Amino acid sequence: MFKWIHLFGSSPFVYRAASWLAPVFGFGAAVCILVGLYLGLVVAPADYEQGDSYRIIFVHVPSAWMSMFVYMVMATSSAVFLIWRMKLADIVAWASAPIGASFTLIALVSGAFWGKPMWGTYWIWDARLTSELLLLFIYLGYMALRSSIEQPQTAARAAAILAVVGVVNIPIIHFSVEWWNTLHQPATISKLDKPSMHISMLRPLLLMVAGFQLLYFHQLMVRVKTGILQREGRTAWVAELVANNRV
Amino acid sequence: MTTDSQPLSIGLFGLFRSLLSRELSVAIRSPGQWLNPILFFIIVITLFPLGVGPGPNTLSIIAPGIIWVSALLSVMLSLQSLFYDDLHNGSLEQFVLSAQPLSVVVLAKVFAWWLLGGLPLLLVSPLLAILMHLPDSAIPVLMLSLLLGTLTLILVGAIGAALTATVGNGGGILMSLLVLPLTVPVLIFGSGAVQAAAMQMPVGGHLSLLVALLALALSLAPLATAAALRVAVSAG
Repeated sequence: MFKWIHLFGSSPFVYRAASWLAPVFGFGAAVCILVGLYLGLVVAPADYEQGDSYRIIFVHVPSAWMSMFVYMVMATSSAVFLIWRMKLADIVAWASAPIGASFTLIALVSGAFWGKPMWGTYWIWDARLTSELLLLFIYLGYMALRSSIEQPQTAARAAAILAVVGVVNIPIIHFSVEWWNTLHQPATISKLDKPSMHISMLRPLLLMVAGFQLLYFHQLMVRVKTGILQREGRTAWVAELVANNRV
Repeated sequence: MTTDSQPLSIGLFGLFRSLLSRELSVAIRSPGQWLNPILFFIIVITLFPLGVGPGPNTLSIIAPGIIWVSALLSVMLSLQSLFYDDLHNGSLEQFVLSAQPLSVVVLAKVFAWWLLGGLPLLLVSPLLAILMHLPDSAIPVLMLSLLLGTLTLILVGAIGAALTATVGNGGGILMSLLVLPLTVPVLIFGSGAVQAAAMQMPVGGHLSLLVALLALALSLAPLATAAALRVAVSAG
């Protein structure tokens, strides 16, 4: 039943699969994002209360969503790597970290630009903002640990342990921050309660979410290819690829 | 009498006790290791009145946070060397190779470290509370929250210390980068308890959550630390 799974232990197979999938995901992402942006920025009407500035959700919400999704991918593949020593799982975790950190940063910055017209300030210590910022720190810590251990094997395993420890902690951090915030400022500015969204706004939002998801998979494939080449630089099949100019 | 072929059986508690006395006697011979973090704690706290002004009202408002953040930083600073010596003189290798569970070794080291780096913070904290104009009624809660919190901090910090044990230069900063985001819940509930006590509000909720965090850290952190130590040792 699971006989196909050994294929994912074979770097040439994964490399070929990633080379094939990267443009597919990239094309899908481009279509979703372009259509989503058109529908979101041009077709969708301005919001009754927020005017045009609400349109930043078409970037903000998908990237906040992806910041958590990518961490889950990273933690899951780190656990797979620790348990079954699957090289590919480590490469996926390594490849995901900077992408996830970028999504987190985009979510924070776009949130700040949205906060200025809405709340009158770029930053408030809202529970969600704070836990997103801490998530960024956790991503950066993961990358810092990986880059400061020289031996690749040690770095991979240490980073995997950190990712798994982080995933146990993230819900605790999230709930404690939420509790902290309600203690300090009881809903002076409650989180923009989503009024049931009109379909003309919901449609571009969902398209953008799909587009960001595909964009992540595209980036992941590109970075997985790089990771495989870095690790397998001395093997015959890579030499062959290079000789045939097909990298 | 045990023969050479039979492993010396001392049991888990015996192992814990002998490791604890080893750690303590090593530490007593190098007092800087545990004295410096306490001095750091005191000095950092004295810097705040100089930075924000000496007004008793301001100080008593920020006191719980200041004392807690300083305790957090001083624990993190000292923890980096938790496994450093053991890794470099080879005793860590012996711990990993021994038939005893590595997580119990970790627990013994953590507890010894708490006696040296956590307990003194607890003992000087009333003095600092007075310096910071914290209401007297909050001092017992401050000590209790530090008791629960520093144990959790050291347990979580040990994971970071083990992960960065092989990193030579800059390991301390790196360890803080990894661990500080993870210690946010302890900081929130620790300083929250003290703030609540200073405002004459019930503190049971905060303290219960601190106990819950401690229970979670006590059961899971030694396993993660042991896994990280195995990685460090296999790196050689």
